[in-house]
Amino acid sequence: MSTGVAVDLENVWIKFGDFVAVREANVNIKGGDFFSFLGPSGCGKTTILRAISGFLDPSEGHVRIGGRDMAGIGPNKRPTALIFQNLALFPLMKIWENISFSMEVRGASAAERRKRADELLDMVALGGQGDKLPSELSGGQKQRVAIARALCANPDVLLLDEPLSALDLKLRQHMRTELREIQQRVGITFIYITHDQGEALTMSDNVAVMKAGVIDQIGSGKEIYDAPATPFVASFVGENNVFRGKIRSIDGTRATIETNRSGVLTAEITPAQRGKMAVGDAAMLFVRPEALTLAEGGTDTGNTISAKVVNEEFEGNTFSVFLEGDGAKPIKMSLPNTGQTRIAERGKPLTLHINPQTTVIMPAGELASD
Amino acid sequence: MKSPIVSRIALGLYFIIFFGYLMGPLLVMSVSAFNSPSFPSASPWECFTFEWFSVLWHDRHIREGIYYSVIIGLGTVILSVSMGLAASIVLTQISARLRSVYYTMIIAPILIPGVVIGISTLVFWDRVGRFLGAGEGSLLDGLFHNGLFLTILGQSSFIASYAMLVFVARLQRFDPGLTEAALDLGASHTQAFRKILLPFLRPAIASASVLAFLASFENYNTTTFTIVDYKTLTTVLAQKVRLGINPSISALAFAIITLTILVALASEAYRRAAQRKEAVWQGKVARPAARLWPAWLRGNPAAILFVLLSFTIIVAFGVAQRYSPAQCKIAAREAKQAEIQRSIEELRARRQEEAPQAPAPTTDTAPAGSGAFGNVFAPGNLPGAPAPEPAPEPAPAPDAPANGAFGNVFAPGNLTTGGDN
Ligand SMILES: Nc1ncnc2c1ncn2[C@@H]1O[C@H](COP(=O)(O)OP(=O)(O)O)[C@@H](O)[C@H]1O
Ligand SMILES: [Mg+2]
Repeated sequence: MSTGVAVDLENVWIKFGDFVAVREANVNIKGGDFFSFLGPSGCGKTTILRAISGFLDPSEGHVRIGGRDMAGIGPNKRPTALIFQNLALFPLMKIWENISFSMEVRGASAAERRKRADELLDMVALGGQGDKLPSELSGGQKQRVAIARALCANPDVLLLDEPLSALDLKLRQHMRTELREIQQRVGITFIYITHDQGEALTMSDNVAVMKAGVIDQIGSGKEIYDAPATPFVASFVGENNVFRGKIRSIDGTRATIETNRSGVLTAEITPAQRGKMAVGDAAMLFVRPEALTLAEGGTDTGNTISAKVVNEEFEGNTFSVFLEGDGAKPIKMSLPNTGQTRIAERGKPLTLHINPQTTVIMPAGELASD
Repeated sequence: MKSPIVSRIALGLYFIIFFGYLMGPLLVMSVSAFNSPSFPSASPWECFTFEWFSVLWHDRHIREGIYYSVIIGLGTVILSVSMGLAASIVLTQISARLRSVYYTMIIAPILIPGVVIGISTLVFWDRVGRFLGAGEGSLLDGLFHNGLFLTILGQSSFIASYAMLVFVARLQRFDPGLTEAALDLGASHTQAFRKILLPFLRPAIASASVLAFLASFENYNTTTFTIVDYKTLTTVLAQKVRLGINPSISALAFAIITLTILVALASEAYRRAAQRKEAVWQGKVARPAARLWPAWLRGNPAAILFVLLSFTIIVAFGVAQRYSPAQCKIAAREAKQAEIQRSIEELRARRQEEAPQAPAPTTDTAPAGSGAFGNVFAPGNLPGAPAPEPAPEPAPAPDAPANGAFGNVFAPGNLTTGGDN
């Protein structure tokens, strides 16, 4: 098994005419990493992947694989294999021919190819299906054939373009673990593209969050969830309640913000933005639904908000309570199910405590539209 | 309430007229191929004969014409299919703005009259030849005035456009991601083309080839200029029409029609069989169990028709080996002579009457005159009412042997006397 090979993007710009699809991307992906690009549809994820696999050249900057500059090296000469968004299995070839295509073009004998294809088919739990045509397989099976076909080329880097998006929920969750297992078994670098933050968080060692061609943040799933760098990341990854306002005072890593409708709140400034904020700046405060707790006995500790209950949903392990919010969207609070029958009646005002450790303040900016 | 019966009758009438218009000429032509008079005609029916097929077979010009038509057809298929394929692939590679200009340019030869293409091919390649110094003693000597060479080039210049249209239609359904996948897996551009795109285009290559061959085979406008001192089937036929034709041309038409129908039925049967197979693959239809009929025949009218038609043709050939229309012809000639004899006698009788008497009223001769024309104008013999079934003798003479149109084709006694063609 090959060990992972590092992939570096150095100041990469990709333009289509006047349109900038990728702006100043700087990414260092460690060898053997499971690295994800996460972002909404149309933000330039596929474009970055195509630049890594060699189907297009960056307008500016360098792509390095294993330290080697890839400029002028075509896709068939790069140590990468791409799993296409639509899989792109060859419809006229049998499954085993599909899988061993990379050996065929290198001139391997049919017996050799068949042997390797059967090994890979066993590995992706499709043993004995080698003589079928792609049209005879189900979505999940095709998915695994595409993975086997890519692995057959012995790539140093496997690139996956939203490979699970066409599958149904159950299969998608199953394939997540399976992909992760395969990656750990073969030990090569995986670069994974998705618009599904759940996928990115569960599978990846590191995630880059993209918005309209710009990489907003790179970090582990936990870093991105706990300490989002921008309002976009905060609102795109996981659920978040946003409170808008102005900075009133700054005390080291903490800031106090005068919100538009929910009073004065204090929280940590998100690490990426420390030292970049000043008193009077427009700011946003993000609170995760699980960072809101009921303030017992209505005691005001100085970091609470009051709001009326709009609705309540029971979700098994949690209760979701929706309260009248700051903007158009209601405030969402998640409380663990500890045996209560219900949290509150509709229309009842509640006092909520905000845990300042898991709440972040950052300069106001664009949110992810959803 | 609209009357469904009226509209159905109108529709039926329309179909009859439409198909009559389409098929009528072919039918008349086919019938005339088996009629013995030496000018192609479906009526009056004289004798059933295969002799025009024999005349056709022994016609050196037609045979040479067919031979060169086939050679030119094959050359055109190779040249125009490769040119059309290349043109269509280029079309998918260039930018959208350039594409429409390029498309118009490539399509233009279809719109240019064949005559113009013929003349310009002749002129252009003559110039090219001179430019390359293809004169006396040169390696290329004569190439640029060679009819086969020029005709293939001239025909391909517009048939390639047809081929391109076929390829473009197929390419629109091609996922360029497949080529990229092949490249990504280490294939060279040539390998990606050969192993991915070409297999995908194979059906289009087949249909473009058939189309190109047929277009080449039937082309006259361009060919007549570029063929120089060679000949093709179309130029031979055109010459024959000028010099006077005989039913061997009907026989040729019949052969071509039959061949066309057979090929069409065969391809339809093949297509259905393939569809069936695909349905079975995809699990939509259960795999058929072994039964009396082979799978490709079952539930496939085209296949059944194909088999029946082939069988009929084989039988007809078998009969043709034995059957001779000689007897019928003799009978027809005798009938004609008897007819003439009778009118002569009538005429003589009238003269004798005239001699002693005063000039007789002309009206008297009218019935006799109609006899001289046979019954050409009798309603049953109207052209357009072809008589594929054994028709009554057109000129019934009392002393003619009572032979049907087929003579005694199927009489066992006949089988032993025939067999001289
Ligand atoms: N070949 C191209 N020419 C012009 N624009 C393109 C091309 N490929 C992608 N784009 C544009 O670049 C942006 C990013 O596309 P893409 O990388 O496919 O997004 P996604 O993140 O959904 O994979 C989109 O706005 C798309 O329209
Ligand atoms: Mg994409």
